Amino acid sequence: MSAVTLKNCGLVPLAALEILDFCAFAAALRQEVDAQGRIAALFAAPAGEQFDLFALIARDWQGQLALLRSRVGARYPSLTPELPQVHLFEREIAEQYGLVPEGHPWFKPLRFHPSWTGRDAWGRDPRRHPLVGEMDYYRVAGEEVHEVAVGPVHAGIIEPGHFRFQCHGEQVLHLEISLGYQHRAIEAQLPSAHPLARVQRLEAAAGDTSIGHATAYALVCEALGATLAPPRAQTIRALALELERLANHVGDIGGLATDVGFLPTASFCGRIRGDYLNLGAEICGSRFGRGLVRPGGVAFDVEAPRAEKMLERLDSMARDTQGALEIFFDSPSVLARLEGTGRVRVEDAEALGLVGVAARACGLAVDARLHHPQGAYVDTFDHVVIEESGDVFARARVRRREITDSLAWVRRALRDLPGGELRRRVAPPAAESLAVALVEGWRGELVHLALTDARGHLSRYKIVDPSFRNWSGLALALRGEQISDFPLCNKSFNLSYCGFDL
Amino acid sequence: MLKILRERLRQGHRTAPYPQQDPVLPERFRGRPRFDLERCPPGCRACLDGCPYGALQVRDGRPCIDLGLCLFCGECAASCSAAALMFTRDHRLAARRREDLLSGADEPRLAQALDARMKKLFGRSLKLRQVSAGGCNACEADLNVLGTLVFDLGRFGIQFVASPRHADGILVTGPVTENMKGALLDTYAAVPEPKLVIASGACAIGGGPFRGSPEAHDGIGDLLPVDLYIPGCPPHPWTALDGLLRLLGRL
Repeated sequence: MSAVTLKNCGLVPLAALEILDFCAFAAALRQEVDAQGRIAALFAAPAGEQFDLFALIARDWQGQLALLRSRVGARYPSLTPELPQVHLFEREIAEQYGLVPEGHPWFKPLRFHPSWTGRDAWGRDPRRHPLVGEMDYYRVAGEEVHEVAVGPVHAGIIEPGHFRFQCHGEQVLHLEISLGYQHRAIEAQLPSAHPLARVQRLEAAAGDTSIGHATAYALVCEALGATLAPPRAQTIRALALELERLANHVGDIGGLATDVGFLPTASFCGRIRGDYLNLGAEICGSRFGRGLVRPGGVAFDVEAPRAEKMLERLDSMARDTQGALEIFFDSPSVLARLEGTGRVRVEDAEALGLVGVAARACGLAVDARLHHPQGAYVDTFDHVVIEESGDVFARARVRRREITDSLAWVRRALRDLPGGELRRRVAPPAAESLAVALVEGWRGELVHLALTDARGHLSRYKIVDPSFRNWSGLALALRGEQISDFPLCNKSFNLSYCGFDL
Repeated sequence: MLKILRERLRQGHRTAPYPQQDPVLPERFRGRPRFDLERCPPGCRACLDGCPYGALQVRDGRPCIDLGLCLFCGECAASCSAAALMFTRDHRLAARRREDLLSGADEPRLAQALDARMKKLFGRSLKLRQVSAGGCNACEADLNVLGTLVFDLGRFGIQFVASPRHADGILVTGPVTENMKGALLDTYAAVPEPKLVIASGACAIGGGPFRGSPEAHDGIGDLLPVDLYIPGCPPHPWTALDGLLRLLGRL
């Protein structure tokens, strides 16, 4: 086996990564997946005239990560027909570098930006900016079949995206989701950006996951510099990450309540979500955790009196949250709308590589806090929440149970903050290395990878947001459903457009 | 049913007594920055050099912060060893003119009300269409919050509507990505005249953290005539509400 194994937040010198012949690379990947490995990332980086392909495999039950590397020219045989979980990664690589995965069954642009190499995988004019949404959509033909197109601008205060439904009457036969409207070129720009702008762009990669992305970035920097953040900082980061989870999970249940017309919980949760955001702002001044997480540690302390005050507020918020959730999950009219709606089968979830809440609601135990713990989660997180029905109800219930768990975790952390410093100076990054960090954000697993050049400068930065994996799950959830259930299904996933588009 | 009523009674009335009382912001909230020029050591450039977006500038020999470019991260204040620069908890930041966003040692120039004709049209009922054009969804999230019962935007006669045809103006967030430029301009064109344009958040004003991105336009300034700028990354809901109410002459 030619894979190099490492732990989360690990570093590998590039020289230690054998460059496999593509056939051997593909075979090794298949073998990993057969042995219950998950492909957490697949990305390319320029290597002279050719391109290096890197695959990151998560061997969850061993608590291990593995890296494989190959080198390809302008074309390579697509892995998607045998490994559907890489379908979007291959389209992404094609769009970024113009590499064509031959035999890809669904080969279309993803984000509609010009290729970074001037070589266009679809033969479009490389001097022109691609027209967003311009691609062949899957179409169903037949009597009484019609198409519904929605977006990019939606009816609410929501990010832009385009949805095409193929419908027979009210029934959705197929949903195709075409994004890219929020594309800000974060990955392409990151290596050359000012160090402060780097972390701030990642805080804004998906604004509701600021702590998650900033933590992943900090961990990558610390891995490259072989520096560990002090224990107190690690706990404050995890505390903020769990508050982020609480705010968003509570908000999502409020959103589900809105979409089924159950107003008491909709109103309560809208307000309580803000209470959690405000609690985070007690630490760092920002409701979205901006400015808190920095490479080497954190920028703000949670002193004893502050922790005391936060615990007090948490008690009344926990009571309000519990009340709001109880009446929601106790109402038969609510349950009737949630149960059996938007079901995703566990086989599909696994084949597509779904992560986070969406995966756990299908019965898959995917949680980086359990399998690949870092920082304050090491030896403190032993419980992963799983539901099996794969429907809107399951996704709601995973959130409800995670709210209870996160509340307990936050309370424990506030009572028991380790002492010591907040931030350490990070040593200069190792040259010609690859660093990786996995963080379980509230939506799911965030994967950050960095490559450095001979001088130790960043040469490539790769970000995998959980929304990148999970939008395909939403499309599948809609199969055979009523089109009027789209808002409910959509809310049960609550995916990020900008996290996908970056 | 009884359980629902009991919970409703227990959680009670939670709408903030605004604007009769000022909102209470967290102790570490970073609002309007303040300079104490007498403390500024001569020749020191610590704050100027630390900002990657050029928000800190020297105008007429005196330092100031362009609130339109500022992310309110506070790194500049942290790098000031003389404590000549600090971020206060003042949430009132919105302005009508781009140049009024330059915040130095002088009195702040807060947003002026609309002229008499526009105020007559929109003063008691303002319908806005929100367009998200490449932001990170934090601005959008904190605008949605205005609809919760803590803020209860509806009591001021302001509402976000589903169609530009029903709107009196648009409120834009995000730096305007190349991929959203067309949809943004189409939405603006679909709003009947006379209409307002509000740029909310650092991205919409000057590109925010994505300033200089080849895939974005550094905000809406070059594309649309802006009537109100609401700074912040993202703007605090109280900052946005303050700006909207000042525009309508209600504060």
